[in-house]
Amino acid sequence: MKVLGLILAGQKGENLGKLTNRRASAAMPVAGKYRAIDFTLSNMVRAGIRKVGVLTQYNPRSLMDHLGSGREWDLDRKNGGLYILQPYVSETSQLWYRGTADAIHQNITVLRRGEEDYVLIGSGDHIYNIDFTPLFKYHLATAADITILTKSSAGYDPAMYGTVKVNENNRITYFVEKDKENPGDMINLGVYFMNKKLMMDILYSTVPNGKYDLVRDIIIPNINSLNIMSYEFSGYWRNIKKSLIEYKKVNMDMLNPDILNELFPPQRKIYTKLKDLAPPKITSTGSVTSSIIADGCIISGRVTNSVLFRNVNVKAGAYVEDSVIMEGSVIEEGAKLVNCILDKNVTIRSEKSYIGYEEPLVFEKWQVV
Amino acid sequence: MNEIVAMILAGGQGTRLGVLTENVVKPAVPFGGKYRIIDFTLSNCVNSSIYTVGVLTQYRPRVLSTHLGVGRDWDMDRKNGGLFILSPYAASTEGEWYKGTAHAVAQNIDFIDQFSPKYVLILSGDHVYSMDYNEMLDFHISKNADATISCIRVPLSEAHRFGTVITDNISKVKEFEEKPKNPRSQLASMGIYIFNWPLLREILIKDSKDESSSHDFGKDIMPNLVSQRAIYAYEFEGYWRDVGTIDAFWEANIDLTRSMPALNLYDPNWRFYTHSAEMPPAFFGLNAKILNSLTSEGCIVNGTAESSVLFQGVTLGRGSYVKNSVIMTNVKIGENCFIENAIISENVVIGNDCQIGIGENVPNERYPNIYNSGISVIGECVIVGDNVKIGKNASIGNFLNMVEMNVKEVPGGKNLRVDGLA
Repeated sequence: MKVLGLILAGQKGENLGKLTNRRASAAMPVAGKYRAIDFTLSNMVRAGIRKVGVLTQYNPRSLMDHLGSGREWDLDRKNGGLYILQPYVSETSQLWYRGTADAIHQNITVLRRGEEDYVLIGSGDHIYNIDFTPLFKYHLATAADITILTKSSAGYDPAMYGTVKVNENNRITYFVEKDKENPGDMINLGVYFMNKKLMMDILYSTVPNGKYDLVRDIIIPNINSLNIMSYEFSGYWRNIKKSLIEYKKVNMDMLNPDILNELFPPQRKIYTKLKDLAPPKITSTGSVTSSIIADGCIISGRVTNSVLFRNVNVKAGAYVEDSVIMEGSVIEEGAKLVNCILDKNVTIRSEKSYIGYEEPLVFEKWQVV
Repeated sequence: MNEIVAMILAGGQGTRLGVLTENVVKPAVPFGGKYRIIDFTLSNCVNSSIYTVGVLTQYRPRVLSTHLGVGRDWDMDRKNGGLFILSPYAASTEGEWYKGTAHAVAQNIDFIDQFSPKYVLILSGDHVYSMDYNEMLDFHISKNADATISCIRVPLSEAHRFGTVITDNISKVKEFEEKPKNPRSQLASMGIYIFNWPLLREILIKDSKDESSSHDFGKDIMPNLVSQRAIYAYEFEGYWRDVGTIDAFWEANIDLTRSMPALNLYDPNWRFYTHSAEMPPAFFGLNAKILNSLTSEGCIVNGTAESSVLFQGVTLGRGSYVKNSVIMTNVKIGENCFIENAIISENVVIGNDCQIGIGENVPNERYPNIYNSGISVIGECVIVGDNVKIGKNASIGNFLNMVEMNVKEVPGGKNLRVDGLA
């Protein structure tokens, strides 16, 4: 079975404020050394997908830099491999992507040309580790037209997600987007598996009529005419784009060994761009508890309950608690950070103290404070 | 055409590293938290913009070949040049092992010829150092030398372990003595040479026909050459270690945990590349205490580590205490263990309540030349079990299952092998 992977990675992620001023949310750094898109990309590659299209639009530089030729995911291939699909100017049109369905429709050539039979659509913003092969089998066994990955809505705010209800055969019978009043009991995880020809047929009949959204204009109106099945996922799944607090929580979740093991089991790896930095070093004045520390860090201060990305330098006498510190940041002598998110290459000058209360304090890239 | 081709000698066993090199060749021995020894030489090549590299392998090359692959991790998977693994081969008339370092290069003359280089750089895959070969090449060119030897100043008391050179006031080599009993110079050869290729080619062909030669650069080629040709000594000032003994290997690792070590692994302008497993960042639990240590990706630390190097994927259980030790990739250490002055190889599993590196510092009975500095060494994939005591200068052979063998104690100076304690 040949499957074409498509990853929606064009959004800004408005809710993340300053952090997505200069990068798409799919390029958000997560869990010490990864970018959000690594999870979906690695999940797809591990499921045997050899051709992946990444649909980009909002400030893709950081994302492109990360993906490169796709080599880290074994997608630098003579056949297939990684395709970056961005909006373009042509003879007939010069439009931005007007929605998820429109984005795929504008790149319909990729669907038309390939020899794949199926399409798996995922999002670059989701943090989870899944083996897709049982989902593929389930799709075939149930003769589904579309299979959607779902999860029990317990612990998620239905007002922020698409929610569904299923019948006794797991067929989706009810689907609403971000409905607080009448939510379904399962949330839509934004992963769609379907026959490629069907996908093309649907796109040809909807997008030219001004219907641009995959969920609102394609799936929901066809809920009765198509056999749309729900495949339930019970593992850890989060969407980092929902809010700043959610983004921080996802990072903090890595301090729970159970979640860490579930997301990064040795037999189902998540791949990312390697930088071959030296192992982190903790010096005689440093102490680290309940934290994850990525390569290249030099810790001479105290770090507790925090996530430190690569090449972070915490100098002697500095104190970092409950914070997310991205690559290349420097916390100088005697500085104190509590509940902060530092974007890349931030410098906190010595003796300064920053404490986030209800929301984490966010420092932008290259800030010196 | 490439101006310079590097040949890395990576076939030596390194007998004084004991169990560490029983199954892998010395350049493939893990070092510094995530590297293997050859990474330093290869990274120096890349950082010096030398992208045509032949690696001469012979002794147990499997781990080394797997590590190198097509050289992709060092950006050496190239259309022109790149990384080549050169193993001994059988030819139509005869097949032979490499009989010495010079013979190994001589057997690959046609490999070097295809690039028609001006210079050939001879390197060793056994050393840990950081060096810009271009500076040495500039020196070689400026002296209009036929060959240049890279040298480092060592204490006179140590010089007998090296090839030593005696130079005149313009750095021209007057004499070259391989491992002299009474050294007359502090300048020790680092085993790094630059030759003009036409000259080296000629010498190698001549040497390979010489029945009395042992075909070694240090023993045969260099001592003969200094009287006939313009050989210069380039004095290198920087970090260089021959980690050829258990003590030197241990010390070079532990040095990295000190503040401001001489070998800077964190220099953004001189990075060391390696082939490493994809693992999440190191995790430190609530009870983790860690001082002066390196802890690589994939580590899960719930115990205490002091002045130690923890490689990728090491698990350190609650209540366990590791001091002055080198713990290699994927070692699992249970709870309430005490480990001091130890080298623990890859994939070792240590149960709970073990004590390693305890008791009297008695020299090893069978291998006094290998295990003599108080360091205990455990070979790869050993299963140690619970409540085990291992003394100083003790060694445990690779792949032993101490639980099945029912061994609960290896006293200081003893060795555990397949056939039992000796």
